[in-house]
Amino acid sequence: MNAPLIVDGVTTSIRLDGQRHDVVRDISFQVAARETLALVGESGCGKSMTALSIMGLLPAGIASVSAGKIIVDGIDMVAADETVRESVRGNRIGMIFQEPMTSLNPVLPIGFQVGEALMQHQGLSRSAARAKALDLLEHVRIPSAARRLDDYPHQFSGGMRQRVMIALALACGPKVLIADEPTTALDVTIQRQVLALLADLQAREGLAVLLITHNLGVVASVADRVMVMYGGDVVESADVKDFFARPTHPYSVALLAAMPRIDATEGPQPIPGQVPSLDAMPSGCRFQSRCHLRQDVCSTLPPLKPVAGNPGHQVRCWMRGDT
Amino acid sequence: MLKFALKRLLLAIPTLWAVLTIVFVLIRIVPGDPTIVILGDQASEQARADLREKLGLAKSIFSQYIDFMWQIAHGDLGRSLATNRPIMSDVLSVLPYTLELTLASLIVGTVIGVPLGVLAAEKRDGFADWFARVFSLAGLSFPAFVSGILLLIVFSLKLRWFPVISSANLVDPIERLRALVLPALNLGLLMVAYVTRVTRSGMLKALGEDYIRTARSKGLPSRIVVWRHAFRNALVPVVTVVGLYLGVLIGNAVLTEIVFNRPGIGKLIVTALNQRDYTLLQGLMVVTAFAVVLANILTDLTYGLVDPRVKTE
Repeated sequence: MNAPLIVDGVTTSIRLDGQRHDVVRDISFQVAARETLALVGESGCGKSMTALSIMGLLPAGIASVSAGKIIVDGIDMVAADETVRESVRGNRIGMIFQEPMTSLNPVLPIGFQVGEALMQHQGLSRSAARAKALDLLEHVRIPSAARRLDDYPHQFSGGMRQRVMIALALACGPKVLIADEPTTALDVTIQRQVLALLADLQAREGLAVLLITHNLGVVASVADRVMVMYGGDVVESADVKDFFARPTHPYSVALLAAMPRIDATEGPQPIPGQVPSLDAMPSGCRFQSRCHLRQDVCSTLPPLKPVAGNPGHQVRCWMRGDT
Repeated sequence: MLKFALKRLLLAIPTLWAVLTIVFVLIRIVPGDPTIVILGDQASEQARADLREKLGLAKSIFSQYIDFMWQIAHGDLGRSLATNRPIMSDVLSVLPYTLELTLASLIVGTVIGVPLGVLAAEKRDGFADWFARVFSLAGLSFPAFVSGILLLIVFSLKLRWFPVISSANLVDPIERLRALVLPALNLGLLMVAYVTRVTRSGMLKALGEDYIRTARSKGLPSRIVVWRHAFRNALVPVVTVVGLYLGVLIGNAVLTEIVFNRPGIGKLIVTALNQRDYTLLQGLMVVTAFAVVLANILTDLTYGLVDPRVKTE
């Protein structure tokens, strides 16, 4: 059986002042049912653009997928027209966003917002959708959900809103869930609860989860595989155990060193510099401007190569990986 | 909701009291002695004193104030200086004409302005947006008396679709409606300009919000995203402008009523000004103030319906 989410050679470009910039370059991966793939990188590395490309929610007229295929539950989202994409979104694929405080509509009741996708995709009546929304809210453990169906988002806390978002994204029983920084805006105890809830629902419904985060602690606790992105390129891809045992790309190493650890003797080491702006991206490896291993060869883009003979662990670096 | 409405109504009492006090003071600091206006400057001192007594102007300012408030509390606006008829009945006889004009232009303004604004925001920088912007700029720049005369020349004189003098036949309901079309368009098109702009900017803001992305991620068609998710949120500033505009409409009605020769509050205000009919003027100011306060209460109550956050705060 094919994986519920297949991304094959996708390049996403944005147009700025008439110039084309690739914000995601030739990215390929699959997420199997019950599997969690974590997409890691700092702000501006192309994580969210990848997610929006999959959802077909790139800002119209500015960004578009310029190459590749995205197959969601058997349907090619790039080739399909907008009506087909609408029938896939919220139905076969759901998405949770980073900001639970602003991602729900302030003037519509919670129950209605959760049930709306059911009316759209399954043709449920308003009252049937409401009944199903109550089930879903109980599923994500909203206390006394029946009384809260007609409440509005401003009457919920951040953690509760994120639960509502999860219920909303999973309303139609999708095969794929994209979670874009689902816990970043929450405090730490709530983060744990939300992650546990996600893992629980994933196991029960057999979801393929694409988790977008910059928090390597979250990655270590919930992901099966990791993909590190930098400047729109995948720079390293590995099973979560291999990644933490043998981080190979200089950027991955730097990311891990930048993370505060409870057992470390030294403090976290920041990565010097920042991601170059779109019009200042170096040709070849995009990390070269911040890399201490930089050589002349880095001005041509390295391919993804296996690490230590392990085809499941790949790195995009001339200085690292098998030759 | 009921509690919210009651609270809002109670809050209107101090507002009205303040407005009435201002009207009372304004009328009394206007230069000129009303007895001279009424009797002419040749009148004897005795005659003027008698009239002052009769008008209640001989009393202390404080007891005049109490009398004024007491009368208004009983729905009595006094008698006109010029005609000696009760002001309340004069006002009530023309009020329906101003109300129907205001209401009709409110409908024109909203029914054209809102969809135009939504369309402009949806097709930002497209033809519809360009058209809406030019159209509303033209609307903002046209004084009511110029657009009114243009409408009369085109639709009444050249095309002969509508009567030139709106008050010619007010008995036949069809004729009365026909006579309402041009004045309502004249006032309404000016309002379209404001409503379009506010709707457009409210929609642009709403369409950029995170919850719109959420709505689209559910696979909702763009028609539903625009009207159910964005428009409901853009409605608050639109309601504000429509509510505020009710006050402006009453003011603009003066010009429109004169150009189209319609009876109404505006026409009465001009008559009162020309005749220096202070009591009539005072009565009209009271009525207008009541109307504006009422419009504001309605606006606030509408907020409660549009935005659930208003009620609980």
